[in-house]
Amino acid sequence: MIEVQHLTKRYGPVTAVDDVSFRAERGEILGFLGPNGAGKTTTMRILTGYMPPTDGKALVSGYDVQDQPIEAKRRTGYLPETPPLYPDMTVRDYLDFCARIKGVPRNERAARVKSSMERTRIADVSRRHCGKLSKGYRQRVGLAQALLHNPEVLILDEPTAGLDPKQIIETRELIKQLGGDHTVILSTHILPEVSQTCHRVVIINKGRIVAVDTPDNLTARLRGTETMFLQVDASGANPTDALNVVPGVTQVRVAEMRGPVAALEVESETGRDVRRELAAAVVSRGWGLLELRPMRMSLEEVFLHLTTEDAATAPDARSGGGAHE
Amino acid sequence: MNNILAIAQKELKAYFASPIAYVVIGLFALMFGFFYYTLLGIFIEQGMRMMGLQGGPTQNVNEQMIRPLFLNASVLLLFVLPMITMRTYSEEKRSGTIELLLTSPLTDVDIIMGKFLGAMALYAAMLAVTLVHVGVLFAFGTPEWIPIATGYLGLLLMGGCFISVGLLISSFTRNQIVAVMATFAVFLLLWVINWAGPLTGPTTQAVLEYLSITSHLDDFTRGIIDTKHVVYYVSFILFGLFLAARSVDTERWRG
Repeated sequence: MIEVQHLTKRYGPVTAVDDVSFRAERGEILGFLGPNGAGKTTTMRILTGYMPPTDGKALVSGYDVQDQPIEAKRRTGYLPETPPLYPDMTVRDYLDFCARIKGVPRNERAARVKSSMERTRIADVSRRHCGKLSKGYRQRVGLAQALLHNPEVLILDEPTAGLDPKQIIETRELIKQLGGDHTVILSTHILPEVSQTCHRVVIINKGRIVAVDTPDNLTARLRGTETMFLQVDASGANPTDALNVVPGVTQVRVAEMRGPVAALEVESETGRDVRRELAAAVVSRGWGLLELRPMRMSLEEVFLHLTTEDAATAPDARSGGGAHE
Repeated sequence: MNNILAIAQKELKAYFASPIAYVVIGLFALMFGFFYYTLLGIFIEQGMRMMGLQGGPTQNVNEQMIRPLFLNASVLLLFVLPMITMRTYSEEKRSGTIELLLTSPLTDVDIIMGKFLGAMALYAAMLAVTLVHVGVLFAFGTPEWIPIATGYLGLLLMGGCFISVGLLISSFTRNQIVAVMATFAVFLLLWVINWAGPLTGPTTQAVLEYLSITSHLDDFTRGIIDTKHVVYYVSFILFGLFLAARSVDTERWRG
């Protein structure tokens, strides 16, 4: 369990993290999303006890990272942005050292190192020096290091950076598995990653939280109105009028006419599903219904929308957040 | 304690995994061997000359040969020890591994003591090489062993002071060249600080004399363990380590 309360971090005049609060329950995978320099890494560094906050507090499994750092750190596995490897050490020696300083008992150490290497698929490089590994392997050795002491909380700063597509899929699968009995916070600026792995998303911009929700709700919430996309073969006729009379439809736009086929965008009242009526209206006139699908804002659009607009006008903006601007 | 040992072992392994340990020990042994050879040569020549004289002063291998050797060795430390300490923190900061240490369940004391003991172990290994030279003297003569033992103790303590200062300076920068040069400059200053004594008043002179790191080594090489000097060295070491620990801590605040 992770709890962050009113966390603020200032570097001199620069406010990197501004009054951030959120929670992550056990078994939850929380995605931390934001453009570069939004304060993701700073927040994670505070959570792991690497740096103290200017204000506010962070709890890991109920332990304050400032007041009881040793207890909190015992329960935290952390993969920093750059995997913290010693280039002159072999992978096995490195993990053994990490296990020691993380307090894994001597008699369990070899087994923990072995299982971490297996989970992250790095057993084949265990005798190689960390400095000679490819970026993908370094990233996974870093991840193995974070798993060693079987921590309750995992904090992963861009865990898939530098991996090839196959490794990305494997790593996402691993993170999903870990989500079962750990609390995972992962940061990323890759949006599909969030929708595929995370249960909830925190979108952060300029140090402030602009939205916290599930990926599905986030995409749905920004649609003020429901929009359907239709392709109708009306043999060259304009189907606008016929669709306008369907109950619940508020607006019909012709996006494109390609020969006899019209591509249309139909807006309707929020919360009202007009797909059946639309289909019936098209078919009853003898036209061909080639395509009918809801247009949803992709997470990319949501993200751009939230991070480029003023925080105060975005949905779920932190109260009073706009006052500073 | 287990944490301290884990870090000390890691440090020691890192020295031997890189060329640093070999260069440091090798160069130190080379220079020490040169001093040994020349001092022994002078000592023997003097002995030859004295043989003709009756009732002259007798020769003492401890006073005339081993003591100057230790004092020369202490000059060598000035050049060699910055190379041992330069990477301790700089390297961790540059490569980001400091983040691993600071987010593991370790205290500041664990980290700094581990690094100190690791550097001390390498330094002790370096001094151990010189036991060969001293052993040769025992094989062909009868030096007193007590001044030799206290001399080594003095060198260890003085080296400890240098290492604690070196750790402190290494914690200031991520650039190893800066660390090594700054450490060397500070060592040299600590070495010669009492030279300014005669230019100042009697009180300042006494203070400077006390601060000078070498003025405390002399008694050790004579076979005397004076608590005054032991207290000086040990408190110097602890103060340096304390400052280094604080320096790492402020680094967190600055981010």
